[in-house]
Amino acid sequence: MDAVLLARIQFALTVGFHFLYPPLSIGLAWFIVWVEYRYLTTNQAVYQAMSRFWIHILGLLFAVGVATGITMEFQFGTNWAAYSRFVGDIFGAPLAAEGLFAFFLESSFLGVLLFARRRVSKGVYWLSTLLVAIGSTLSALWIIIANSWQQTPAGYHIVNGRAELTDFWAAAFNPSTLPRYTHTIVASLVAGSFFVAGICAWYLLKKQHVEFARRSLSIALVIGVIFSLLGLFTGHYHAVQVAETQPVKLAAFEGLFETTPGAPMSVFGIPDAAQEVTHFEIGIPKLLSLMVHFDPNAEIVGLKAFPKDEWPPLTLTFYSYHLMIALGMYFIVLTLLALYLHASKRLADSRLVLNLLLYSSFLPLLATQVGWIAAEVGRQPWIVYNELRTVDAISAVVPAEQILATILLFTVVYALLFALTLFLLGRTIRRGPEGGLVSQEVAA
Amino acid sequence: MTLQVIWFILVGVLLTVYAVLDGFDLGVGVLHPFIAKNETERRTLLAAVGPFWDGNEVWLLTGGGALFAAFPALYATVFSGFYLAMMLVLLGLILRVVSIEFRNRVESPRWRAVWDWGFMIGSLLPALLFGVAVGNLVRGVPLSADLDFAGTFLSLLNPYALGAGVLGLAMFVVHGALYITLKTDGPLVKRAWGVAVAAWYVFALLWVVLTIVTALTLPERFGNLMAMPVVWLVPLFTLAAMASTFRALRKQQAGRGFIASAATIVGLMGVFAVSLFPKMLPASNDPALSLTAFNASSSQLTLRIMLIMVAIGLPLVIAYTCYIYRIFGGKVQLSEEGY
Repeated sequence: MDAVLLARIQFALTVGFHFLYPPLSIGLAWFIVWVEYRYLTTNQAVYQAMSRFWIHILGLLFAVGVATGITMEFQFGTNWAAYSRFVGDIFGAPLAAEGLFAFFLESSFLGVLLFARRRVSKGVYWLSTLLVAIGSTLSALWIIIANSWQQTPAGYHIVNGRAELTDFWAAAFNPSTLPRYTHTIVASLVAGSFFVAGICAWYLLKKQHVEFARRSLSIALVIGVIFSLLGLFTGHYHAVQVAETQPVKLAAFEGLFETTPGAPMSVFGIPDAAQEVTHFEIGIPKLLSLMVHFDPNAEIVGLKAFPKDEWPPLTLTFYSYHLMIALGMYFIVLTLLALYLHASKRLADSRLVLNLLLYSSFLPLLATQVGWIAAEVGRQPWIVYNELRTVDAISAVVPAEQILATILLFTVVYALLFALTLFLLGRTIRRGPEGGLVSQEVAA
Repeated sequence: MTLQVIWFILVGVLLTVYAVLDGFDLGVGVLHPFIAKNETERRTLLAAVGPFWDGNEVWLLTGGGALFAAFPALYATVFSGFYLAMMLVLLGLILRVVSIEFRNRVESPRWRAVWDWGFMIGSLLPALLFGVAVGNLVRGVPLSADLDFAGTFLSLLNPYALGAGVLGLAMFVVHGALYITLKTDGPLVKRAWGVAVAAWYVFALLWVVLTIVTALTLPERFGNLMAMPVVWLVPLFTLAAMASTFRALRKQQAGRGFIASAATIVGLMGVFAVSLFPKMLPASNDPALSLTAFNASSSQLTLRIMLIMVAIGLPLVIAYTCYIYRIFGGKVQLSEEGY
């Protein structure tokens, strides 16, 4: 068995599963900040019921996020020791900073949200929702700083075979940090809003908890529209950066083999690395050049301009990227349509749109997953772009059988976790906002 | 004092605060199926740690992150070398999180019983394995010329390390039991006193045995003590804290006992640190291969920037952590929201 492949599978499995939860938590946390703010200012009971219900769900999602997040911090050392030695001087600091500046804040004040509604004033309670949201959003910042440094390393030099920091700010805010961070946070808000909207659509379809659902939905749809649209801009900002700093990745996204002036934006195709051609290509003429360089005739560098052993795996990168874009467009259309119907008081009667919202609840998570796959697979064969190859980064001492054993272990544990989370989520949702959320009774 | 020494101390401080804070959660977790006799008592114990365990665990994540950032070579060697042991700790921590969070979401007694044992095992694994890890670090492990671990998983489960594991477990049990006496009422408290005394005896016995074994087999761990007599204050402090814990147990003084057991943990971590310094992972096969605060560290720039981060971040963390402990001050009352 190939230890590198196994270590990669384990990383992909554990990070992919973990990454289901933070975007939802971040999106939901900001939604709750707004709901609790409405409660603070209007004092209407329905907002308190809303806040309680969504906090109860946030508690569950956050716990699974924490449980699966610990794995990530261990894993750099356990499975990627050579990588850890190479990047430790730079990569470790943001992980420590995440704990110090974000995770403490989030965890501590989540305790207040879950346990202290009656122990603190309404103002302090609202402030706690805000601090949880800020904490989760900052947490993402530090993680993306670390990850972006792998994509576009900066502020370092190589000494004795390892990367050493020369400029903290250049390393932290390397060329891809802000594009990737803004795009991820925007996507998280979309994820949170679709999650809320989907559940509310289900209540409206069943004509249950109508007032609760209507109010939650109107907030979620406004957030959904704003952030789906913002996704266009942050996505564009990110694509321009990829074109500048990782042109081979952009070429893989687009299935562009030849360096082309006035390159089209690919809509569909089947990239074929062996024959170095994209079959059945459909594209919008000149759009890629226009988008990336603001010039319809600008030249876009193709894959063939790079040594073939530096190409990322094309199929996965290409389709992940295209699926992400298609989903992003769909989110804009759906939220605009739903918000329009909602504003004209027709949404409750439109079973079609309610059903679309319901079945789209988790689609933003699919989008974040494929977006992440496009970004990370598109970085291959490098673990640190142009500096360290993934094959040279694993722990030399861990035998392949042990990695295989822990992959099986994680698969079983995570599958169970996933099933239980869905079961508990479904249960909470079926019981609804009035249905004894937290068992407050004291058993005899 | 060089930055490396400062960071040796800081990583130690972060992990010590973790041991003190999560120590009582872990202790409560290990104890709770045995000393809670009915649903109310089980819920009481869960509510006693409910608002805190998560924040407490962040000390471990921050300590781990700081270890990675300040001593990447050590982080890489220890985590890859102790692969299966680390995975067991991880499994324990995951099990604990979900057990605490899932348990009260369904009323069925069988469902709850499953998560009660999950909480127990998820607490037992880390509580035991942290000590095993410390034992192996003190004892030293074989390292290859590439500074990779050259032993096996089973070689980590040697009697010395297992003894240290049980010592740590007993310490967390004492600490957790004292926390229970502090935060709850009634029959739970009575049982907790009994357990705390028994665990203290186990702890004290192992402490004596391991100290003697260390003196006989690893005299070099006493090097700092011999070189600088003032360092004797560290073990003396630990002994005083142990004695004071025992006195509080005899007199059933919850607050004093809890502070004394916290001080014992601090003292033990101090003893651990002074026995090794400046080594962080002694190589048992060739002392020259040992990883130290000086050869395993990050660059001066990174250490300096991290120090600035800690100087800004840590006071904030301490301030709001204290605030939150105050919100939840006093004995647990079960009519509240939450678990």
